[in-house]
Amino acid sequence: MSDMINQYRNNFLKEVESKVEEGEWVKNCMQCGVCAGSCPLGDAWEHTPQKIFMMIRAGKKQEVLSSDAMWMCTSCYNCIVRCPRELPITHIMHGLAHYAKRLGLAPKNNPTLKFAQIFWNNLTKTGRVNELKVGLSLYFMNGFVEGIKTSLKMQKVGLNMIKNKRFSIAEAWGGHSVKDKSGLHKMLKKAYDLESARVDK
Amino acid sequence: MAIATNQTILIVGGGISGMTAAIEAAEIGKNVILIEKRPFIGGRVSQIYKYFPKLCFPTCGLEINQKRIKQNSGINILTMSQVASVTGSTGDYEVVIKTSPRYINEKCTACGDCATVATSEIDNEFNYNLNKTKSAYLPYSNAYPQRYVIDESVIKTDEGKKIADSCKVGAVDLSMQESETTLKVASIIWATGWQPFDADKIQPYGHDRFDNVISSVEFERMMDPMGPTSGKLVRPSDGRDAKNVAFVQCAGSRDHNYLKHCSRICCMATLKQTTYITDTYEDGKADIYYIDIRAIDRFEDFYQKIKNKDNVNFIKSKVASITEDKKNKNPVLNGVDTEGYHRYANSYDMVVLAVGMQPAMDTSILPKDITINEHGFMENNDNNGGMFAAGCAADALDVNRSVQSATAAALKAVQVVNSQS
Repeated sequence: MSDMINQYRNNFLKEVESKVEEGEWVKNCMQCGVCAGSCPLGDAWEHTPQKIFMMIRAGKKQEVLSSDAMWMCTSCYNCIVRCPRELPITHIMHGLAHYAKRLGLAPKNNPTLKFAQIFWNNLTKTGRVNELKVGLSLYFMNGFVEGIKTSLKMQKVGLNMIKNKRFSIAEAWGGHSVKDKSGLHKMLKKAYDLESARVDK
Repeated sequence: MAIATNQTILIVGGGISGMTAAIEAAEIGKNVILIEKRPFIGGRVSQIYKYFPKLCFPTCGLEINQKRIKQNSGINILTMSQVASVTGSTGDYEVVIKTSPRYINEKCTACGDCATVATSEIDNEFNYNLNKTKSAYLPYSNAYPQRYVIDESVIKTDEGKKIADSCKVGAVDLSMQESETTLKVASIIWATGWQPFDADKIQPYGHDRFDNVISSVEFERMMDPMGPTSGKLVRPSDGRDAKNVAFVQCAGSRDHNYLKHCSRICCMATLKQTTYITDTYEDGKADIYYIDIRAIDRFEDFYQKIKNKDNVNFIKSKVASITEDKKNKNPVLNGVDTEGYHRYANSYDMVVLAVGMQPAMDTSILPKDITINEHGFMENNDNNGGMFAAGCAADALDVNRSVQSATAAALKAVQVVNSQS
């Protein structure tokens, strides 16, 4: 019986089921549209979750993975709470975003994606977020000129934060860190290998 | 009260299923005891305005059943009664029944003098509490037995005394107490029926917050000439004509957050209810928001008939939320439709939530080995011994199928009785 069903399941749906976190839920969607209607950002996206799930089932790999939809999710969980079939929609969307990034299909200039990458790079270096560097990287995300402009605009806020000890200029040289940095890197490497074993098989 | 023996069949619940099972078993000569929680028999069917798909009134079928019961000496009815406990096994059950006081005995002629002198009012349960009724009341005009009820709240008051004094036939008995009866029976048919899913629990739909969002069962009462609006199809907020009405399907059904099962009757009930609007107002209009229309088996014809109407629209979408337009109290439906993914925010005079069917059985009184499925319905199973489920105690069923199910249960119960002698 299940072999028969698999014959009719297209390759991209199978791929999502085996390689995307929580992807095995996609086939359970009954296309009622509650997630689409409940999303507070719904009309700001290219595709709603309902549409993304239908596109997966229609085998539209390129369109799905290059969509900005997954990157717009703010994790408000409205869709999860209301889904009549208890699909973990938020998690599926994040799983798809992650998978798209891995395959290099994610929209290159999406600000959420850029910020996520900056944040990740910063955090994994020392195990602690270096707020000074995250802030500055964010300002200069779209080029040098815009970076200077934003920095000047935020000058007062920055100075006040330093005065109130919300962050320190000293962070520019190394910054604070977890005790066992090499242990952290080993851990991250292991996690990445485990994930790769699943995704690249 | 007839003597209950190991030849007796006990039927719990006096709705359409319980009545049917009682009549079927009694008409082939079996001794039947029918108990009902409410002060009258007929159940939810008596609260329905019209049946689908024939659009006829349930009153006539109920009257026929009442007549068959009256003519049969083998049926004993206990109203305002509930099962407290069950012990024993097939052919030899011992059932304890608790009966609440009605404060009116069988001498009642239903003249209504007690209601005339009664001054305080109570919520009208028959109309889903949409209006009030007197503290001495007949549940509804065709109630069987035709006997008034006096509400607990006035028994120890001066009003209670006045009510007692007003009765010319000596039917009022304020000293009545809750009583307990123990019965020996061979077989038990559970016909405990259903209750509408509490629409207030569906938070995004605002049934508890918005006046013009009502449930499908409330809509049925509204259409009844004896109902809370005297049969007028008007908005609860301001009494204006409700001409542009939306129906929201699967309100509480097919939803893991509420009832997992498909309640099966709501699609047909909504199709039927659109005719209330289009028949009342020439310029009336109904929009149905649905996941899929499940007009089961031979009801497809009825679905096609409604679908062909210009003033009934079908929108494939589970409504995400309902908000209220503060200006005119219009409910606004928000969502995205599945055929084209269009985002909508549509305003209506009134919205009807097609609420699901929830089994009404209190399973805690049943012996442990009775099979209750994950939805709370009792499944017929050999392990259940001499106990059988009928109608909506067994599954979400319409009236037609409930009657079939009740007849089948009656046959099973008769077999148990026959195997005893």
